[in-house]
This record gives sequence, C-alpha cells and structure tokens, in this order.
Amino acid sequence: MAEPWEDDEVEGPVFKFLYVNRKAPYGTIYALESLEVVLIAAAFEQDVSLAFVDDGVYQIKKGQDTAGIGMKNFSPTYRALEGYDVEKLYVEKEALEERGLTTDDLIVPVEVVSRAEMADLMDEQDVILSF
Amino acid sequence: MAQLHTVNKSPFERNAFVSCLEHAKEGSGILLFEDGVYAAMNGTAVADKVKAALSGRSLYVLGPDVKARGLSEDNVIDGVKVVDYEGFVDLVTEYDKVQSWL
Repeated sequence: MAEPWEDDEVEGPVFKFLYVNRKAPYGTIYALESLEVVLIAAAFEQDVSLAFVDDGVYQIKKGQDTAGIGMKNFSPTYRALEGYDVEKLYVEKEALEERGLTTDDLIVPVEVVSRAEMADLMDEQDVILSF
Repeated sequence: MAQLHTVNKSPFERNAFVSCLEHAKEGSGILLFEDGVYAAMNGTAVADKVKAALSGRSLYVLGPDVKARGLSEDNVIDGVKVVDYEGFVDLVTEYDKVQSWL
C-alpha cells in the first residue's frame, strides 16, 4: 500500500506566490538568495510568478561574464526556471527604460508590464517574498 | 590636494553617486566599481549627469565589473576610461587621497 506521501491524490491548497527582485546581481547576495528560494519553492507546486523591478532587471541582463571578478555567474539559472514550471516572469517597463535596456538585452522571455500593472499583479497575490 | 572618489553603489538604488558628483571638485577623479559601474553606461537616466561631470574631472570604470554584469565596454560613455585592477591600484597611488562613497 502506498504511503500517504506517495499518493498523488493528496493535494494541498495552491497559493499565488510572487517573488519581487529589486537588487542588481553580485553587489549584494539578494539576487542569488532569491533564485535559491525560488528553486526550493518550485518543488511545492505552487502558482509562482517572478517580478523584476528597479535594479532587479539587471539580474537577467544578457552576456554576464564573471571570470574577472572571481564570482559564480548564476544568470544561466534563470533560463532553467522553465523546467521547474516557473514560467511567469514580469519586468517593469519603467525600470528597463531608466537603465537604457530593452527586452533584447534579457536572457529569458518576459512579459513587460507598466508600473501600474505591476501594482495590480502584486495586489493579486496570496504571498509576496521580496529580495 | 586632488582626491580620488570611489563609488560602488548603483546610482538607481542609492544617492551615493549623485552625492559624490555634487562634492567632487574640479581636478578630482571618480572611479566606478561593483554596482557603481551601472552609472557609466550610455542611455541611462543618469547619463547626462555623468557627461556633465566629465568637464574638469576624470571618470574611470572598472572593466571586470562591467563584464560581470553583462555590460559592454563599448557602451561606456565616451570620456569615461575603463581600467583593470592594476589600473585601480595606480589611481590610488596617483591621487593624494581616496574617499569612498558607500
């Protein structure tokens, strides 16, 4: 007989989780820590979205090469999120523009939303985790 | 007494860079490194401030930090000089003192 934890029929509630990323990579540990938590949480099959706001958009900038600073380049991991069913990535339009960036500069496909739409997205969530 | 100012914070997250510019006298040098390198790029909301600062001051940006962040040295604002770690050390010795804007 299958143990309860092996039973596919056992399903908990599904919550809407939003991870808000507002920090540039490498200068602080926030971006890497956020990515670690997203990957762990992906195992719990929740409804996950990622938001990239302010300097957070720099996390998914194409062409990162950290050989010269002796740190791990974790940007390829954002491309693996799809494999964990983390597919809803939102980037704030104003954040891109202030930094002279476009979606062509990003390593993953994203949905670009306005600041007002981002506010609505935040409002829809059950749980928000900020980094 | 020519000073070298160093800035390692993003200009979009803190006011360290703008405050540095407002205090840096003519003849001083400003070195951007770590998240400070974002200020050195063309097309950003602070690019005009950088261009204005170039008159009378020398601006430098640390190349390895530019590359790490996926930025191109070709996209650094004209007049801002790209240096490596050895260049960083040279700057520290060339100026009379160093002030860090954290």
